[in-house]
Amino acid sequence: MSDIIKIKDDYIDKLNTENNVDKVNNIKSELFGKNGIISNEFKKLGSISVEERKKLASDLNNIKDELQNKISIKIQEIETKEINLKLEKEKIDVTLPERDIEIGKIHPVSQVIDEISSIFSEIGFSVEEGPDIESEYNNFTALNTPDNHPARDMHDTFYLDNNKELLLRTHTSPVQVRTMLKGKPPFKIIAPGRTYRSDSDQTHAPMFHQVEGLHIDKNIHMGHLKGCLNYFIKEFFEVDKIKMRFRPSHFPFTEPSAEVDIGYEIKNGKIVIGEGDKWLEILGCGMVHPNVLKNVKVNPSKYQGYAFGIGIDRLGMLKYGINDLRAFFETDYRWLSHFGFDPLDVPSNYRGLSR
Amino acid sequence: MKFTVDWLKNHLDTKFNNNQIIDKLTNIGLEVESFESSASELDTFIVAKIINAKIHPNADRLKLCDVDIGSDKTIEVVCGATNAKNGLLTVYAPPGSIIPKNQMKLSVSKIRGVTSYGMLCSESELLLSNESDGIIELKNNKYVNKIGEKYFKNTSEKVIDLSITPNRPDCLGVRGIARDLSAAGAGKLKINKKSNLKYIGDQNINVTIKKEKVQGCTIFGSCLIKGVTNKESPKWLKDKIKSLGQKPISAIVDITNYVMFDLNRPLHAYDADKIDNEIIVRSSSKGESFEALDNKKYILENDMCVISDRSGVLGLGGIIGGIRSGTEYSTKNILLESAYFLPRSIRKTSKQLNIDTDAKFRFERGIDPLSIEEGLRKASELIKQICGGEISNLDVKKIESYKKTIINFDPFLFEKTTGFSVENKELIKILEKLGFSVSKNKKILKLVVPSWRPDITQSIDIVEEIVRIKGYEHINISEPVKTRLKPTLNYYQKLFHFLQRSVASKGYLETVTWSFTDSKINQLFKENDEEIRIVNPISSDLNVLRNSIFPNLIFYLKKNLDRGFKDISLFEIGPAFKGKNPGDQTTVIGAVRAGKVSRLSWNDKERIVDTFDVKKDVIQSLCEIGIDKDDIVIDDKTPSYYHPGKSGGVYQNKNEKNALAYFGEIHPNIIKKLDIKTEGLVIFEVCLDNIKEPKQKIKDTKTEYKFSDFQKSERDFAFIINKNFKSQELVNIIKSVDKKLIKSVRVFDVFEGENIPEKKKSIAINVTIQSEEKTLNENDLDNINKLIISSVESKSGAKIRS
Repeated sequence: MSDIIKIKDDYIDKLNTENNVDKVNNIKSELFGKNGIISNEFKKLGSISVEERKKLASDLNNIKDELQNKISIKIQEIETKEINLKLEKEKIDVTLPERDIEIGKIHPVSQVIDEISSIFSEIGFSVEEGPDIESEYNNFTALNTPDNHPARDMHDTFYLDNNKELLLRTHTSPVQVRTMLKGKPPFKIIAPGRTYRSDSDQTHAPMFHQVEGLHIDKNIHMGHLKGCLNYFIKEFFEVDKIKMRFRPSHFPFTEPSAEVDIGYEIKNGKIVIGEGDKWLEILGCGMVHPNVLKNVKVNPSKYQGYAFGIGIDRLGMLKYGINDLRAFFETDYRWLSHFGFDPLDVPSNYRGLSR
Repeated sequence: MKFTVDWLKNHLDTKFNNNQIIDKLTNIGLEVESFESSASELDTFIVAKIINAKIHPNADRLKLCDVDIGSDKTIEVVCGATNAKNGLLTVYAPPGSIIPKNQMKLSVSKIRGVTSYGMLCSESELLLSNESDGIIELKNNKYVNKIGEKYFKNTSEKVIDLSITPNRPDCLGVRGIARDLSAAGAGKLKINKKSNLKYIGDQNINVTIKKEKVQGCTIFGSCLIKGVTNKESPKWLKDKIKSLGQKPISAIVDITNYVMFDLNRPLHAYDADKIDNEIIVRSSSKGESFEALDNKKYILENDMCVISDRSGVLGLGGIIGGIRSGTEYSTKNILLESAYFLPRSIRKTSKQLNIDTDAKFRFERGIDPLSIEEGLRKASELIKQICGGEISNLDVKKIESYKKTIINFDPFLFEKTTGFSVENKELIKILEKLGFSVSKNKKILKLVVPSWRPDITQSIDIVEEIVRIKGYEHINISEPVKTRLKPTLNYYQKLFHFLQRSVASKGYLETVTWSFTDSKINQLFKENDEEIRIVNPISSDLNVLRNSIFPNLIFYLKKNLDRGFKDISLFEIGPAFKGKNPGDQTTVIGAVRAGKVSRLSWNDKERIVDTFDVKKDVIQSLCEIGIDKDDIVIDDKTPSYYHPGKSGGVYQNKNEKNALAYFGEIHPNIIKKLDIKTEGLVIFEVCLDNIKEPKQKIKDTKTEYKFSDFQKSERDFAFIINKNFKSQELVNIIKSVDKKLIKSVRVFDVFEGENIPEKKKSIAINVTIQSEEKTLNENDLDNINKLIISSVESKSGAKIRS
């Protein structure tokens, strides 16, 4: 027995000075392996008397526990030391730049179109589209603007043929004509898209964007028109209150017609929408002219409703403080990066129109 | 349409102040563009300060002055005045100013070799005194804070400028505006005084309106005024003419203009002694010509309405008179014309000849056909007052008589259209004040439309009149109804928005460029498409519709490269045009990437962008819209603007004819031709119209969830194969060996050169094998390995690398 205790003490000493996990594991198998010292001692128990066996077994078990305990503590101790050493060596400068990320952006015109679509979707409008090239009939004549009408002078038109039968649409209103010709009332649509007029200066571009609106049903009147636009403007500019003014005007394809102004003021050099005593014209609208309804085979004594046309670029300029219309179309990398929107910013009702 | 408040008050009794009048005009649809003093020639003279006066390098008597005129930069002016010195406040006249003393117009000029921008003025030059010695010396305390401001106060009466919509010719005269205001409760329309003019004798120049196939004139009224003395207009009349922004000419011309703006009744005065015998109103013949009052000679086409005499054309009726019969200061006898011309005829002629006059503008919109005599009377009375003379009886010839427009109006239409109601009594009052005569037949109102309102033809026009006079503020807001008739977006609209953001999310900046482009660049990208020319382009480099998005995209890419940007990713989604008819357009995405990846990175190796960068972007975007990557087939046939060896087409499946997308390097010839300086340039395009709408929605396509927990094995193969053999083929051959067991096939190395025979390449492939039924043993795996090798070898001619 005293031999065993001596062996134990020797091994405890050995373990105390050991710093290598592999060597500790070797000791472990020396003691507890198949022919390990302790294992062999246990085997001897079978050949001694019951009295002695009890005592010896208990002592052996104590020794075994002590040694095993010592081994596992030692292993843990060494491993902790090793990890700490490794961590110390592996310290990096995390302030170094990350790998490059290519940042893409959505053009403000696209963002504003999505915002507009989201708002009108909430009140049941669906989106229609029409071609950029239009017939003279759809762009003018069907819209109650015959050839000899001075109102045509208000649209400087790009033509594609010398007979002036094919042109680039000067407004999105021909989509009204197309929509009504191919379907049956009621109609409740918006139609955003490119439009073209042949003038070009700081506030006019030869191409710009409009969104058309059309709501035709049995009892749609000017109160609905006002309600719809009031809702739209408030939602679009994300303000609680909006000062809005309907002013009589004239468009050949609507009657009565109106232009809509919104109140604004200049605060610290920035335009603030919805307050102040200045007026800014932002859209034209009216009740669809009975002549237009007749032209598209809708019975004006049964159906009536309103239409409107809004300049998308201009709305975007007002909302996001962009001064120059021409810059929208000049593809300046700096401008696109500055005014563009993150592609994840999808305007929606439940997440809000914009951040 | 310009007028002063005083002028308005000639027709309107009103207690409204200026601002109330302005507001009222806007509220009834007569939009006020501006309300300010009319521009004066003296407006250009401004207070300035000499910052530095030094001796002219080439002339001792002249000085060279740096002058502060209140803008960012000082102006250099050469000045001869002895009193020009540093710090002096004086009056500066910029180039373009007209000097009151001698009516000379200043221009930028060189004085002894130094350019002088404008001049510094003396009191005599400004007609302030006779003091011509030296320039004005302004008092410091009064003017030091006014540098850059106008020196002369503009004291002229404020002018209202209205933007009159084309449906309202009646408001192109002050009286019409007054009538509208009175209907809206802004005052009372004054009744025209009956004059007790004496008309003596007949108008004895014979007038004939010829019966023609096309006759643009239906009424021609005239009178003779004999023994007049034409002269400068009196001050009141000059002021009126000036307030319109026009120049007074002579009493007779000013009076006809005045009546036009007052009553919207254009008139024309002829020197009666210059008329050859008679007046014939007829259609022109091609080639006839005359010299008009704008000093231009016009050569006429057929069927233009002309006023002529026996010698030929005198003028274009309702558009412009001729020099031959024009009035002068020496004119003694006048023939005064007041006629009605058809809007369509006026518009056609003026468009053909490109003439725009005040008369044309009015006749084109429709003049009151019953105002012929009123116009003659008012003008001849004024002529008699100012120039004397004797007025003949009026002579009115017509070939058509005026027919009244009658509308039977159901007042309910008003409420139905506007959503609010107005009592019949008020409604009738409004209409009567606007000049309608109203009679009632049970619920229906029978309305006679006033002759000055050619725009009113049907009931909805009446609704507009009432609601605009009543005020749009009375329309009550009805909250929007949220009923939806159909989904907001259809499949292709959703696709558009999704792909737009999908491409942007890969690091591309979205741009929007013109639908037109430069035919010279377009030609490089148009393939077999028809060139679509714009007849009247805004400029010669935007003269065709784009057949592809790339002409603009490449053009702007180059601009950004020239700005110094190196690594650029741009895209646009929008139309490309295939023909000149409506609908001949497709929706496409065009994208470009230039420069390098990981430029100046401290931990990654930088490299030039290549075909596989854009391939990744385009394939990933297509997968994001729901296309199964396993279905996608790539081939190497691409449009001619791609590098023929480094570009590919993407197809939705192997039987598809139309490519969904193309990607690759741009053709080196194009880079050279357009002189694009960049390290690398790759592009891709997606044709949205070629994407097939799936038959099932995502909710219907989710299949039962199956997975295998049995062990999977990976095996690597390396084949030596013909250089031109496509890796896609090889992968397909392996996949088809056992579609159940082979879970994935991945090319992980391609190698040519050393140890590989010429025209061959080595492709290394990793294959994952897994069964859904059992754990595969070595034997199973060996079998499948052998099968893979033998299939590849027999189908592709490849050899396994040992």
